[in-house]
Amino acid sequence: MTSPRTLQQAQRLYRSDRHMWRLIIMIVAWMIFMAITRFRKFYTLINFQTMAAQFPEFGLMSLGIMLTMITGGIDLSVVGTANLTSILMAFLLINLTTASGGLPVYAIPLVFVLALLLGATFGFFNGILVSKFHIPPILATMGSGELFTGICMAITNGNAISKFSRTYANTINNRIFSLIPVQLVIFSIMAVIIWFLLSKTAYGSKLYLLGTSETVARFSGLKTNRLLIKTYVLSGICAALGGMIMLANYNSARADYGTVYTLQCVLIVVLGGVNPVGGSGKISGVVLAIILLRVLETGLNRFPKISSYYISLIWGGVLILVMVLNYFTEHAKVKTTQAGGSHE
Amino acid sequence: MNVDGRSLLKKLTRRNEFYVFLVLLALCLLIEIRSGQFFSPNNLVDIASAMIVPGLFAIGAFLVIISGGIDVSFPALASLTMYATTKMLLDANYQGGATLPIAIALVIGALLGAFNGLFIGYFKLPTLIVTLGTSSVFKGLMQGALNSKQLTIIPPGMRKWGTTALFIARNPVSGLTSRMYITLIAFLVVLALVFVMLRFTMFGRGIYAIGGSEVSAHRAGFNVIRTKVIMYVLVGMIASLAGIIRASMMQQAHPTNMLGMEMNIIAGVVLGGTAITGGRGTLTGCMLGTLLIVIVENSMILLGIPTSWRSVFTGVLIIVGTGVSAYQMIVMNRTKRVRRPKKGVKA
Repeated sequence: MTSPRTLQQAQRLYRSDRHMWRLIIMIVAWMIFMAITRFRKFYTLINFQTMAAQFPEFGLMSLGIMLTMITGGIDLSVVGTANLTSILMAFLLINLTTASGGLPVYAIPLVFVLALLLGATFGFFNGILVSKFHIPPILATMGSGELFTGICMAITNGNAISKFSRTYANTINNRIFSLIPVQLVIFSIMAVIIWFLLSKTAYGSKLYLLGTSETVARFSGLKTNRLLIKTYVLSGICAALGGMIMLANYNSARADYGTVYTLQCVLIVVLGGVNPVGGSGKISGVVLAIILLRVLETGLNRFPKISSYYISLIWGGVLILVMVLNYFTEHAKVKTTQAGGSHE
Repeated sequence: MNVDGRSLLKKLTRRNEFYVFLVLLALCLLIEIRSGQFFSPNNLVDIASAMIVPGLFAIGAFLVIISGGIDVSFPALASLTMYATTKMLLDANYQGGATLPIAIALVIGALLGAFNGLFIGYFKLPTLIVTLGTSSVFKGLMQGALNSKQLTIIPPGMRKWGTTALFIARNPVSGLTSRMYITLIAFLVVLALVFVMLRFTMFGRGIYAIGGSEVSAHRAGFNVIRTKVIMYVLVGMIASLAGIIRASMMQQAHPTNMLGMEMNIIAGVVLGGTAITGGRGTLTGCMLGTLLIVIVENSMILLGIPTSWRSVFTGVLIIVGTGVSAYQMIVMNRTKRVRRPKKGVKA
């Protein structure tokens, strides 16, 4: 009589976090499907390494959007922030490039520190707009995103900035122990930091409280303005890091790189189970959503007959499907609590 | 309340449209002083022509924002209907007038709008998320299923409709001419219909009521689900009309060049004083805001500013415009402690 019990346990496990398990099931199902249909082409080390090098650029931006969405806001300026940072850093790299085409040893750390500072500044700007001026986040960040992109266009005239040393791209495209891509390492570090902040520090709890009810947060004595500014600064930093990875992946910077990422990142975050109204959401869900999208897209590319344009159809479909499923489980939950008074 | 000059002024300064109008006027005068070309007949006609498609989109986006949502799917919806209609008629070798293309586009647009409305109305999902998803789906359908390519030929009926001139304006100084297209009438008709609908019909008032508070609207007897679904159907139809007009005026069906317009359109609507939280806003303001964005986008050259600076101006405009209205709200709430700020009352 073990099977009913394990079934029960599995059911309990599933119910403990339906959303996360649903994403895991989708990933596993897709992996099995790929294993059956295109095993040789999909299950190669190089394929997984490529995927791990591709997703951090929009993955990092998604992490930033996630943080702002937990507070009930949104950050639509991530792509603008990323591009402005990468363009400014590209100019700096051009100046640093030596005659022989290399870079001095201090160049890459310097560029990264400056990028973080720039990202923080742009995020601070957003935070001030949202907290001090009370501009709705969606508008404030839409405006600042447009502004950042505009500055990019104005200083580059829409051209790509590329004539800097290849050393930068080569360093970031390296693999640690010739196995793990550097991009993945950067993403993982940031993800761990954010996980720590959200679940182990007071900052995280305050963030969820702020997202649940701003009024309650204010009357509980939280300094909501500072909290918001900190969050947007973090989001700016994530976006700037994403921009630095884009700079390496394309080996150039341009004002209109990654314009599709804005909506794509919002999609990822929502797919990851973050409530757009604020107050809930976990980093595990968002990371799973990032992986799901990457695996789906790469897998689909293994079928040359299927137009790669179908990927946007699938994304939209998956997003709506997940939301509708959530709707049904939530409604079921409400019904059971009303009827039986079970608390979950 | 007596309407003497002072209280009228006071009333005006309370309203966002007034400020948008001032900014618009200032911008026009600035361009006129710098170039002397702004108030020339052909430039005004050019701006009016440039206003047709964004104006229609703005009406749709305005309706959704009034109801408390935010729609980012209308460019994808318009592109899909426009492309599907044109392709279908080309394949059928259609030679007739423009009525059939418009009718087909409206039907497809209504269906796609109903698709949005279904998820937003019945499942009560957040509008931003649903429209993000559906815009992705529409794009996928167009580029994947229909395998869209740029169509350089469109049915003759559409081409004729899109290029027939209502009148031709001539610049007496430079001799340049601009055509005022007949499609402007379609835009004005939609504008008038929506104006009447919002002001005088129960349905229109229902949209405002839902945007103010969905629960209150329901208690007051509005059928929230039905109102929302019908509204999204209407929005879909307006957007698809804009799509077909765009294709007719450009004399080609370009599948992707409307995508990405959503942010500027929403910015224009909000600049006109429409509350992003829903329930408040006027069509006049919405049109003024959109006109402001259109002028900024089209008249930078007259000011002697390179076009690469366009986004900088749009961005500053959005931030300053929304900042001023947000700041006004704070001041209003501080001086008149009657109404509390309705922050976080988002659907």
